[in-house]
Amino acid sequence: MVTAATSFGRNGLADWVVQRASALVMTAYVFFLLYFIFATPDFGYEAWKELYSQLWMRIFSLLALLSIVAHAWIGIWAVLTDYFTTRLMGPKATAIRLVCQLLLAVVLVTFLVWGIEILWGL
Amino acid sequence: MNHKRPVNLDISTIKLPVTAKVSILHRVSGVILVAAVAVLMWMLDTSLESAEGFASISEIFSSTPAKLLLWACLAALAYHLVAGLRHLLMDMGIGESLEGGKRGAVLVFVIALVLIVLAGVWVW
Repeated sequence: MVTAATSFGRNGLADWVVQRASALVMTAYVFFLLYFIFATPDFGYEAWKELYSQLWMRIFSLLALLSIVAHAWIGIWAVLTDYFTTRLMGPKATAIRLVCQLLLAVVLVTFLVWGIEILWGL
Repeated sequence: MNHKRPVNLDISTIKLPVTAKVSILHRVSGVILVAAVAVLMWMLDTSLESAEGFASISEIFSSTPAKLLLWACLAALAYHLVAGLRHLLMDMGIGESLEGGKRGAVLVFVIALVLIVLAGVWVW
C-alpha cells in the first residue's frame, strides 16, 4: 500500500471522520460569518475588528483554518491518487503526484502560519 | 474468473449520470477552493489591518474582474458546501437509494444554483 503512506490519518476510516468533522466546523464558520455580516446593524470596520479581537472568535477561526488544512489534504490526496496514476499518466505518475503533494503541503503550511499571523495581528 | 474479459475504465467514453456529474464538480470546486482560500485570507488580512484597509476591499471589489473573481470563489464555496451536506445526509442513510441519489443530486444542482445567483446579487 504505497498510496496510504501519504494519506492524512494513514487509514481510510480516520480520513473519513476527519473529512466530516472538519466539514462541520467550516460549515458552522461560513454560516456564522454570513449571519454576523447580515445581522450586524452597522456592519463595518469597527464591528469587524471587534469580532476578530475576541479570543473565542480567534479560536473558532483557528479551528476553521486547521479544518481547511486537514480537509484540503484529504480531498486533494483523493483526487491525486485517483487521477495521477500509472494507468493514466505512465511510469512517472507517482513522482509527479509526490511533487504535487509536496507543493500542497507548502501551500497549506503557508495558509496556517499566515492565518495565525492575521488572527493574532503579528 | 476470466481475466481476458473486456473492461472499460476509460471514463471519457462513459456517459456520466447526474450523480457522477455532482461528484466530479464537487472535486473540481474543491480544487478551486484551495486557491479561493488564498483570496479570502488576503481579504481578511487587509480588512483587519486598518479602517483604510477595510475600505480598500470594497474599493478593489468595485471593478468587474475583481467582482467576477470573488463571485467565482463564493460559487465554488456554495456548490462545495451544498454537495458536502448531501454527503453528510447520505452518511445518515438519507437519499442512499438509486432514486434517492439521483433526486439528491438534482437538488444539489438546484440549491447551489440559487445560492450562486444570490452570491452574485450580493457581490454586485
